[in-house]
Amino acid sequence: MQIIACIKQVPDTAEVRIDRETNTLIREGVPSIINPFDLNAVEEGLLLKERFGGTVTVISMGPPQVETALREALSLGVDQAVLLCDRAFAGADTLATSYTLAAGIKKIGAFDLILCGKQAIDGDTAQVGPEIAEWLDIPHLTYVRSIDEVFPAEPARASITVSRLVEGGYEQASASLPALLTVVREVNEPRLPSYRASLRARTQGITIWGVADLSADPEHIGIAGSPTRVSRIFVPEYDRQGQFFAGSPEDQAKALVAALRSAGLA
Amino acid sequence: MNYFLTAEQELIQQIARRFARERVAPMAAALDERGEFPRKLLQVLAKTDLCGVYIPEEYGGLGGGMFEFCLVVEEISRVDSGVAICYAATGLGTIPILLFGTEEQKRKYIPEVAAGRKLGAFALTEANAGSDSFAQETTAVRDGGCYVLNGTKQWITNGGEADIYTVIAMTNKAKGARGASAFIVEKGTPGFSFGKKENKMGIRASSTTELIFNNCRVPRENLLSREGMGMIVALKTLDQSRPGVGAQAVGIAQGALDQALKFAKQRVQFGQPIIQFQAIQHMLADMATQTEAARALVYGAARTIDSGAKEISKVSAMAKVFASDVAMRVTTDAVQVMGGAGFMKDYPVEKMMRDAKITQIYEGTNQIQRNVIASELIKERDEW
Repeated sequence: MQIIACIKQVPDTAEVRIDRETNTLIREGVPSIINPFDLNAVEEGLLLKERFGGTVTVISMGPPQVETALREALSLGVDQAVLLCDRAFAGADTLATSYTLAAGIKKIGAFDLILCGKQAIDGDTAQVGPEIAEWLDIPHLTYVRSIDEVFPAEPARASITVSRLVEGGYEQASASLPALLTVVREVNEPRLPSYRASLRARTQGITIWGVADLSADPEHIGIAGSPTRVSRIFVPEYDRQGQFFAGSPEDQAKALVAALRSAGLA
Repeated sequence: MNYFLTAEQELIQQIARRFARERVAPMAAALDERGEFPRKLLQVLAKTDLCGVYIPEEYGGLGGGMFEFCLVVEEISRVDSGVAICYAATGLGTIPILLFGTEEQKRKYIPEVAAGRKLGAFALTEANAGSDSFAQETTAVRDGGCYVLNGTKQWITNGGEADIYTVIAMTNKAKGARGASAFIVEKGTPGFSFGKKENKMGIRASSTTELIFNNCRVPRENLLSREGMGMIVALKTLDQSRPGVGAQAVGIAQGALDQALKFAKQRVQFGQPIIQFQAIQHMLADMATQTEAARALVYGAARTIDSGAKEISKVSAMAKVFASDVAMRVTTDAVQVMGGAGFMKDYPVEKMMRDAKITQIYEGTNQIQRNVIASELIKERDEW
């Protein structure tokens, strides 16, 4: 099975602090990690490879320092890593990002399955995965919590059946291969780096492609390809607040009346 | 302290540390409370390749030695030595096969251990054979192509969970210690069963059980070395493995020091963090010094063994006895530094104090270790 996993390097939001003066994130000193959901995507790829053979390729778009995230993926046992890195890719919204990743995936070659995390913990849009599938014109299944059946080796009926997490339960759905899945945390428990893969990862080459390497329309990449405009960043203000009254129903009623009176409402 | 680790050894240490912090730490208190065997954690560990650090590459390992083994045991013990001992006891059960096994025995059993698919155990102790370890009552009687084992082993780490057991039994009782032999017994062999799981003071995540042999027929090809070599197999194995207990003790001590230090910097009394008080500072200074000294001795002993040195009993015993006494002292002091908080199960140091105790007892009590050290001293030629 030829599997591609898309990963994003993100700031560890558990470590992020907010500058109260400017209401922006303080990124200095915040460690960069692989987006946790993407680790689930990589793990699912490695599990499928263990079952069916083949290769797992990770791909990411970003600045040169994303190489550390790709090396971490290699240390988990991934076969090869591709970084799409070019100043022309900068400023991309989800549409331009997914277009660029799709162009990189086309250049990698034939694949059976693309795996993505359900969303990135910094942007939280959950758009890039499905958009990649649209650019590549393949089916996609989102919020996958388990892969139930795979028939990778029968071209006529190559397909995958998964359980998707939906509100209040889950649904089983199938798609023909090649397809793209986005996975949720419940799908697996990501492994730790292994000794042998870590040693390999230290010296293994990472393929780096710029805009000239991809047959990409310049209108669709970077800022030019990004219709999204961020007009303002702000911390939402809450002018209404809930208040809980504890105690017996009688005490609660008394407290409520007192609060309404003191607010001049009764 | 710089112990001049190679890049490969640093990588082993890093992976073990990540395993301990990211996977073991969140489970440690619950595993201890429930006395639950960490099967899932060991499966995670297997995928890191660390199960084979001390196993030669030709049998699927990473080609390291006791030193690399100690690095892994130390890092896991720093978080939960109950989990670490499941790993270390497999090493103890595997070392005799590595040291004395035939090529066929090694090919059959070692790669499975290196891959983390199978666990090992070592069975010497019996109800009436503790420190007096060759007062063995388990017998092995030759019958055609088999040995028939009868008897009961006691307090066997990884009992019931391991797949491969190295078992000492008497093939000729009349010869005493020289009538003991070592056998590889696989779980599932008819006549081989397990007694109740012990309810222990510490290292509660590990499994400790009786092994019961009732006319258990073990094929002749599972005899390790020759008949009568059981004592040598056991003693040489323990000489190799003892720094592993030392590493466990160093890990426990370091883990307790980590906790006490963090607590002392945060806990405010009399208007200042308690680490500002000299009484606390001196305790922490002693804890850190003792832990580092224990580590230096354990690493030195492990490296001596890996160098192929012949006389290792003394350094091996020294590493075990010193480090385990340090672990007991440092964990006790960590609880003291943390006061009431240290005594509560909300913090990990009371568990570390309970876990430390066994390191002074198993794989030869510290009293027996001192006998070993003294007997080597007596044998040594006078330098002056």
